[in-house]
Amino acid sequence: MTKQTENELETIAENELSEAELAESKTQTEASIYKELSLQGLWKNNPGIVQLLGLCPLLAVTNTVTNALGLGLATLFVVVASNVLISLIRHNVAKAIRIPIFVMIIASLVSCIQLLMNAYTYELYLSLGIFIPLIVTNCMIIGRAEAFASKNNVKHSAYDGLMMGLGFAAVLVVLGAAREILAQGTLFDGIETLLGDWASFMTITLYHSETSFLLAALPPGAFILMGLIIALKNQIDNKITSK
Amino acid sequence: MAFFNFSSPHQRTKRRTPEIMMLVVLALIPGVFVHSYLFGFAIYVQILLAVTTAIITEACFLKLRNKPILISIKDYSAVVTAILLAISIPSLAPWWVIVIGTTFSIVIVKHLYGGLGQNIFNPAMAGYVVLLISFPVQMTAWLPIQSMQLFPLQISDAFSLILTGANIDGYSVTQIKSSIDGVTMATPLEMIRNALHAGNTISETLTTPLFSLDSLQGSQWVNLAFLLGGLFLLKLRVILWHIPVAFIAGITVFSFFAFASDPDIYSSPLYHLFSGATMLGAFFILTDPVTASTTVKGRIVYGLLCALLVIVIRNLGGYPDAVAFAVLLANMCVPLIDYYSKPKVYGRNR
Repeated sequence: MTKQTENELETIAENELSEAELAESKTQTEASIYKELSLQGLWKNNPGIVQLLGLCPLLAVTNTVTNALGLGLATLFVVVASNVLISLIRHNVAKAIRIPIFVMIIASLVSCIQLLMNAYTYELYLSLGIFIPLIVTNCMIIGRAEAFASKNNVKHSAYDGLMMGLGFAAVLVVLGAAREILAQGTLFDGIETLLGDWASFMTITLYHSETSFLLAALPPGAFILMGLIIALKNQIDNKITSK
Repeated sequence: MAFFNFSSPHQRTKRRTPEIMMLVVLALIPGVFVHSYLFGFAIYVQILLAVTTAIITEACFLKLRNKPILISIKDYSAVVTAILLAISIPSLAPWWVIVIGTTFSIVIVKHLYGGLGQNIFNPAMAGYVVLLISFPVQMTAWLPIQSMQLFPLQISDAFSLILTGANIDGYSVTQIKSSIDGVTMATPLEMIRNALHAGNTISETLTTPLFSLDSLQGSQWVNLAFLLGGLFLLKLRVILWHIPVAFIAGITVFSFFAFASDPDIYSSPLYHLFSGATMLGAFFILTDPVTASTTVKGRIVYGLLCALLVIVIRNLGGYPDAVAFAVLLANMCVPLIDYYSKPKVYGRNR
């Protein structure tokens, strides 16, 4: 665990404290808690474009929708499962050693998903490469474990993991789609490596071009598009608050 | 809005941004003219496309940002950016190349950072780098000089080539690019690089018949014309001497070190001075008042830094010319350079 990640965790924990209190101390109805959790995960506190966590995989593998979706689903699985497990053992973990324990749980889950992808989606496994094992280091997952799952019950933690994972996957897919359209003029290219041969009809070719806009496929393009997506989100928020 | 180039002593000039930008455009005329004389009319088409795109995107963005449109367009800064970009790219590049490049320069590099005076990076060069990285094929399709072209270009051909990719008789850019021998030409800097990779020495390359046919002399004449325009700007004190002098001195000295260490694989200082975008860079690109350093010492450091980067990238890097990359890298260092070269306030801290 690097010092930087520790710091990030602390700031996340501080931000999230009010949310956790909100969820448990106040006498809210179950429905309103779930609604709040969905809103936080998908929009207000989106791990991709608001907390800016897990930028490394976010920028590295989003060159096509398929890669983005593959990594998004893998991360979604890991964050839900780790939230459930950590929430289950939260009363039995000594506070001083909680982070190594969380990391071990997350690492074992990532190993599972890595072996599963190796077995069932081998081509996608090859094209994602090092970024599957690197899910371990995704700050979003340990952030949810520390800030939410270790303080809340299993049902809420599982739902929170689901919403955060979906929020992250959504940003990955949007960025992947934008880059794939700009660079190759296609959508869902190679989707059969993720979903099986039946899905190959989903590949759409939007335009044919001899020359591709290489910048979009390269890391700088990912950064620029990411900035534009964040700007768009802030602009929508401004519009909503000014109403 | 008035630009004062000096911090102190305050040289009071009545010049405003539009006038300065107009003088820059005027000073570019000799270079553009020589370029069109040697390589054909296509460069005018590129400039026309670039300026139109720049004005339209600038107007749209000013409107979006609720800023006064006419005043900002009339300061000609977008026009200068567009012309610099149009001069930098190969003159027969398809129309969408220059349109994408200019739009990127104006929208992303200039307006997203806050408009004129706020941008960190030189808009024209950032646009150029985006194009070079994105479309390497189109961005390296340089023409041989006109007298060596198999099909000399008329102005109508230039329009048709840029807009449709083929001239009136249906020849493509690749065919036009071929010289009399049917050999495709590259820029001199690129030819030297390729020859070195093939294991030849510089002197061998320079004496091959292929090279003497190439646009080397053309590129040298264009550089001389830009030098002339630059001296005109210096004379009118639109730009100050520090950056161009530091840059040119830096190019000479650094390339001399490389040349002295191994003349077989590194080109001579004279060659570096008059090829590629050296002169255009020294007088028109590095001296951008927004993105260059603003202190006297800082300007000298900035010029030298650019020169060092140009020589390093030209001699060791993967791209044939380096001015654009060097300027962007040096732009990043400008806040730091300015911070450490602040003139001391008289009577304070000794």
